[in-house]
Amino acid sequence: MTGLRLGLALAASVLALGVAQAQTPTPKKGGTVHVVVQPEPPMLMQGLNQNGPTNMVAGNIYESLLRYNEKLEPQPSLAKSWEISPDAKVYTFKLQEGVTWHDGKPFTADDVVFTLDKFLREVHPRWRPIVNAQVEKIEKVDDLTVTITLKQPFGPLIMTQEVASAPMIPKHIYDGTDYRANPANNTPIGTGPFKLKEWKKGSYIHLVKNENYWLKGKPNLDEIYWQIIPDAAARAVAYETGKVDVLTGGSVDVYDVARLAKLPNTCMTTKGWEMFAPHAWLTPNVRNGILGNKQFRQGLMYAIDREFGREVVWGGLGKLPTGPISSKTKFYSSDVPLYAFDPKKAKELIKASGYKGETIRLLNLPYGETWTRWTEAIKQNLEDVGVKVQVENTDVPGWTQKASNWDFDLNFNFLYQLGDPAMGVARSYITSNIAKGNPFANVGGYSNPEVDKLFAEAAIAPTDKERQELYTKVQKLLADELPVLWLLEMDFPTIYRCNVKNLVTTGIGVDDGFRDAWKE
Amino acid sequence: MNLAQFLAGRLAKGIVVLFAIAVLNFFLIRAAPGDPAQVLAGEAGAADEQLLIQLRERFGLDQPLLTQLWVYLKGYLTFDLGFSYRQQQTVLSLILDRLPATLLLTGAAFLVSLGLGVLMGALAARRAGRWQDSVITTLALVFYATPLFWVALMSQIVFSLKLGLVPNVGYESIGANYTGLARALDIASHLVLPALTLGLFFTALYARMMRASMLEVAGADFVKTARAKGLSPGVISRRHVARNAILPVVTLAGLQAGQLVGGAVLTETVFAWPGIGRLMFDALVQRDYSVLLGVFFISSAMVVGFNILTDIVYRLADPRIEAVS
Repeated sequence: MTGLRLGLALAASVLALGVAQAQTPTPKKGGTVHVVVQPEPPMLMQGLNQNGPTNMVAGNIYESLLRYNEKLEPQPSLAKSWEISPDAKVYTFKLQEGVTWHDGKPFTADDVVFTLDKFLREVHPRWRPIVNAQVEKIEKVDDLTVTITLKQPFGPLIMTQEVASAPMIPKHIYDGTDYRANPANNTPIGTGPFKLKEWKKGSYIHLVKNENYWLKGKPNLDEIYWQIIPDAAARAVAYETGKVDVLTGGSVDVYDVARLAKLPNTCMTTKGWEMFAPHAWLTPNVRNGILGNKQFRQGLMYAIDREFGREVVWGGLGKLPTGPISSKTKFYSSDVPLYAFDPKKAKELIKASGYKGETIRLLNLPYGETWTRWTEAIKQNLEDVGVKVQVENTDVPGWTQKASNWDFDLNFNFLYQLGDPAMGVARSYITSNIAKGNPFANVGGYSNPEVDKLFAEAAIAPTDKERQELYTKVQKLLADELPVLWLLEMDFPTIYRCNVKNLVTTGIGVDDGFRDAWKE
Repeated sequence: MNLAQFLAGRLAKGIVVLFAIAVLNFFLIRAAPGDPAQVLAGEAGAADEQLLIQLRERFGLDQPLLTQLWVYLKGYLTFDLGFSYRQQQTVLSLILDRLPATLLLTGAAFLVSLGLGVLMGALAARRAGRWQDSVITTLALVFYATPLFWVALMSQIVFSLKLGLVPNVGYESIGANYTGLARALDIASHLVLPALTLGLFFTALYARMMRASMLEVAGADFVKTARAKGLSPGVISRRHVARNAILPVVTLAGLQAGQLVGGAVLTETVFAWPGIGRLMFDALVQRDYSVLLGVFFISSAMVVGFNILTDIVYRLADPRIEAVS
């Protein structure tokens, strides 16, 4: 199995290379690209902070063992190749030769072991549970070889080495220090294609080409300026007047997207979000009276005109989901009960559920006008079938607190799928993740031992086929039970000048796309 | 009471006021839901209990509230405004980084609005009831009533996008590496729209106030006397009327000057101007307590300072005013 997997991976990358060369002209060297980043990242030390804007900038400064293409297949990055033992428990990574940190020190297996076993285990909220639950040991074999030995087979491990999930951290700078207080956090040192030159707070972040980058001939661009422009309409004007070349996903209002995409020399793509595949839904708080009733939740699902939300509120972007797993990722199954917009059926179900006209508090997600409009549309839908709704508005910290402390009846949220249901999906439905203090835990409080069991078994089932069977079952079950009401597989379009080439070529898009990008 | 005594009294009062404000601010922002650790974790899209504990410990939020208050006040007594763990920088350096941009913007808006407003008001008063007066008062009304953000966006669309005269956002051309005069001109071109937008509202206020005040003074007995002794209308306007009419404008200017540091949140946001107002607004939505408290404190100190200054200017403009404290 090992040989086969490695062989396939190599063949796929060779094939991809061949196709790419046949289609695109030789990249031009040099040039500067101006990109919008919104909001301003709190810091650029990616090991300590994984906010969206941090990842966009820092993903071009730091690197991880693997990259993932748009089909989410692992590709070599700092790991030149990898092997999985026949019992699927030992992962051996061979590192690239001649890699140096931005300060000139060599990158070796010691850095990998330090990063995965010490640094990220202590500070990274996504890597910590994986390493603690699944990994037996992480060892250096020689300077360019590292092995990760698992307690039991854990297929998703190969999906965990994306740059925000496992950025390589320089041991010589961080070992033995108080990580969060290290002054080097302001001057990030990675191995990536770009280095931080200057961060003028409130204005821009300036990255320059890493002249000693290990992948010869890359990067093509000389400089990237990430501009901080807080107002969405002003960002659109900045693009139109030529101040910026790239509007990253979500940086302009939905109603501006179609207009901007029609401008001359303007390209738009919704690719580059496959790893995240943002999935939006309403979480019913099943602890609160009638919301614990399955029939009532099903009634709500029939009552919501989800296609209206997609078509009108989100400007036609995205796709209607059928269940907990995004159709853009692995292990998706369409064999589930479906809920078409059907107010008549909704009324029947809501009546049968024993609903007595209680007011349902709907917590709006304070991420801008589009969400507010969506909240209003759904309130209208629900009131049309006789459900009393009261919308609650707050700011982001207020939302975080209410969501984290289960202070809502219905709550909007959208979560990343993170490449594998074991990482991005299970967390919203399993009993062990019902914990206060985290808005991305199982905040609705749904608990079903069968669901727990299926997710647990699927995570560690040895083959993809077995995993698929288990995930198919759990999707069918959840789509009937409706622990959350799935609304949209969201698309975040990247709008850019067509002469910026090869910008979005991976499963995380601009987050690590500048390695290969070039300007005509 | 002489000026020194007056000043000492006002300063002492000012310090008490500042202390009260500092304590009040501390409790005020704690009343808002959420805390910086929760916000950071929330933004990351992933969090666990341990991360929140680590962050709260780092921010000092695991300490009892009164201990936190004491640490904060003790810092301020030694002129230490604290540290922003979110931004990994001292609050003072964050504020000082942003101060020049804000002072340039609010200072320019201050001068433009004061100069233009007084001029428009004086002109309108001299031509009261005629078409010039109508034009000016109508303009002032429009400036006064139009929402700032609308003016900001429209000016960007008209002057940057359609006419291409000036840049729409930012402090300078990023990546252009201008130096010397070229840089000054570049910054000036970026300053035009935000300064005018910010200045419009106050221009209207000054114009209306100056006009009303001049008309009131124009009816006073000493003006009749001046006219009776044969002075020309221009001289009467400048020497006798304007000088007496300026006092309310000075009051208003004192108020505006107090807002030089913190009063441009909206303008700075829409024009991506890297100033204090945005620092404060970002700190607010991130619950970055130390930064927020720092900006609050500096802004209140400015208000207190300019109030004292206004009182001094009163005494200079009109020696009859007795400083009674």
